[in-house]
Amino acid sequence: MNSETTKNDSFEPKIIAFVCNWCTYLGADLAGTNRLEYPANIRIIRLPCTGRIDFNLIVKAFEIGADAVLVSGCHPGDCHYTAGNFHARRRWGLFRELLQTVGVDMQRVNFSWISAAEGAKFQKLVTEIVEKTRQLGPYTAYHDVVEKA
Amino acid sequence: MENELRNAIRELLTQKQVDVVIGYGKVGVDGAIGALFITDPSEVDAMVWNDECRQNLAVHLTRPEVKALGKAAIVVKPCDARAIVVLANEAQIDRDNLVVISAPCTGVKKADASGHKTDELEKKCLSCVEHVPQNVDVVVGATDAAQALDAQNQEVAQNRSAGHQTRLAELRAKSPEERFDFWKKEFDRCIRCYACRQNCPLCYCRRCVADKNRPVRIDSSASLKGNFAWNILRAFHLAGRCIGCGACANACPAGIELDLLNLTLANAAQDQFGYVSGKTLGEAPLIGTYDTTDKEEFIR
Repeated sequence: MNSETTKNDSFEPKIIAFVCNWCTYLGADLAGTNRLEYPANIRIIRLPCTGRIDFNLIVKAFEIGADAVLVSGCHPGDCHYTAGNFHARRRWGLFRELLQTVGVDMQRVNFSWISAAEGAKFQKLVTEIVEKTRQLGPYTAYHDVVEKA
Repeated sequence: MENELRNAIRELLTQKQVDVVIGYGKVGVDGAIGALFITDPSEVDAMVWNDECRQNLAVHLTRPEVKALGKAAIVVKPCDARAIVVLANEAQIDRDNLVVISAPCTGVKKADASGHKTDELEKKCLSCVEHVPQNVDVVVGATDAAQALDAQNQEVAQNRSAGHQTRLAELRAKSPEERFDFWKKEFDRCIRCYACRQNCPLCYCRRCVADKNRPVRIDSSASLKGNFAWNILRAFHLAGRCIGCGACANACPAGIELDLLNLTLANAAQDQFGYVSGKTLGEAPLIGTYDTTDKEEFIR
């Protein structure tokens, strides 16, 4: 459950990325085939569509020790299923408000649109999130809640 | 008002327009008010209508055992009528096969911890602007006093400056860490009795995701881990649907201010999408539709 620490005890954040199969996953794939290097702190979970990304998965990610999450899918208008990302966008807008009232650290919840051609954007965003989370430190507030269980 | 309501119900039953009437009655311990099911016109006098009618009776409409009773008439407060609109919009009830009876309201009083009436109005009533019944079939009684209350509350409702809105604003003014600590203390008391779910007119799933165990979606023990997951889930499943009746918070034996979570989402639905649930019959649900111009400034 504890966040990983390397030999010299520096904090390595755990990031869980929920990505859609058709855009962001392929964007990540492109980053790989282009040999664009990005931190290995990210664990990618591929789902059919952003419309399938249940808000509960975000909660679950924090429960199992994530220090930050990324939710990413196709740009508006690009959805493989026409409108999955439009539905998702509306839900996230509301869900963010709920998380704010609950007091979840919103710097650790990231949303993005990354297309299959945007390998470079994926690299840049992941690097950015990992760096920011490294500065924020482990998400002990939520992890404590779980450990008390 | 009470007698006029009784007369209206008696008429519906004697003329056999409905098979059962769901109203308020002194059915609980010490005459506490709850749902009274009337099938015989001679029982109508047991029905009450006063400022202790806190429950939202619409919760019974989706229950199979109630549907089995036949065509129903239901007595609701004007605010609770919105729940029936949402249920109809979500195809959970046949609105044509239901008679909704309401009367102008002047607010209901809070109960203390032991369930006895206090002199204070319910928090939600302090900023209520729906004292006059809308979207109902039968309205009993004069609406003057209710209309005056609506006018009087218009400003605080607009400014969100009274009752549970003030409570939410206080909470939102704190830092995220303080908010998290607040909910930690609140959720620590949650015993996962699911009274919030059972009393909610819009939590009608036959099998709740919290009860599913293959796989376990949320920890079913009453631990902080599961309590956070459950309360976030419950609130968000009502996003864009909750009508703010406060039945969840009133039912909570631990006194958790669950209505604040739902209010957050109701405010967000109004701010982001100009949507107020349960106002219009035939309206599409907020989540389930979309607009290509929805806000996305938080998406990178």
